[in-house]
Amino acid sequence: MDTPIAAETVEITGHDGATLEAYAARPRTDAKRAGVVLIHHLPGYDRETREFALRFADRGYDAIVPNLYSREGKDVSPDDAAAAVRARGGVADEQVMGDVRGAVDWLRALDTSNGKVAVIGHCSGGRQTYLASAVLPIDAAIVCDGGLITGETPPQMSSMVPVIDRTPEISCPLLGLFGNDDQFPTPAQVDEIEQALKDAGKDYGFHRYDGAGHAFFGPDRPAYRVEAALDGWDRIWAFLDRTVKG
Amino acid sequence: MCTYITETLPVQGSAKGPAGTWFRATDVSVYFDHPVHALADHTLNIDVRRPADGPAARVAVELTAESARALAEAILRVLELTAAPPAA
Repeated sequence: MDTPIAAETVEITGHDGATLEAYAARPRTDAKRAGVVLIHHLPGYDRETREFALRFADRGYDAIVPNLYSREGKDVSPDDAAAAVRARGGVADEQVMGDVRGAVDWLRALDTSNGKVAVIGHCSGGRQTYLASAVLPIDAAIVCDGGLITGETPPQMSSMVPVIDRTPEISCPLLGLFGNDDQFPTPAQVDEIEQALKDAGKDYGFHRYDGAGHAFFGPDRPAYRVEAALDGWDRIWAFLDRTVKG
Repeated sequence: MCTYITETLPVQGSAKGPAGTWFRATDVSVYFDHPVHALADHTLNIDVRRPADGPAARVAVELTAESARALAEAILRVLELTAAPPAA
């Protein structure tokens, strides 16, 4: 049976009490369910991430994408906001975590909430999701091709420090999906992250796809790999079933 | 691509931006990342900006790596041929 859904722009409270724009997609039913926060990548609050939110809603989850660049102004286009943020060296992790916390709280306050919330991020959002799993009270984390979880901080982007040292603090199950042709992170870096999770005794599952590179989930990009992406979605649904559904 | 590698530099000049309006450019960002519009996985992106006028005061260009290299070489060639003074 199809799930009727509704999507709209809402306002949430982020780090330091800031008012943030966010895109919320929700099933139009009264059933109790989990929530999902989607963290957009460095290029901004883009259409692709918001469309992913629709997919989670269609699957029966309350989904929200906070615009982490809301502070650039209400009428600023997402790509202009991203350009301005990038030129300033990115956004500090503390602010991003405060903003994601605001989205988590917004989901838990819904009448339909079952109290559980997962966070997912692609690209730079994957790194931030990894960090969120260590510092925020969440129930599941999904990391898709997260660059710079390990590695070296690039020049002029001082906000992007590696977060692998936070692995012992991870407090929820973690699913990782990676392409073996990706260079950010490289397969060797994915090995390193997996070893850190193993050493720390964390509940994690990593899946890696041959013939897939960075951003293989993006259906509107040449990097899209349909088999890897569809298998990845199936793993996401199974992971959420186990960790937050119900 | 999540390399995050970004170069920013001050510049002097002008650019024709939103709504066809010229503005005095003060800053340029150069980076390699997912494009917003170009049909490629990653592109060399150039933002010619005037941040004092807000984030929308920007001319954005997304070029494939090959195109960007050709452009860079063409710029240098033209400057050589016209004997423009080298950068201070």
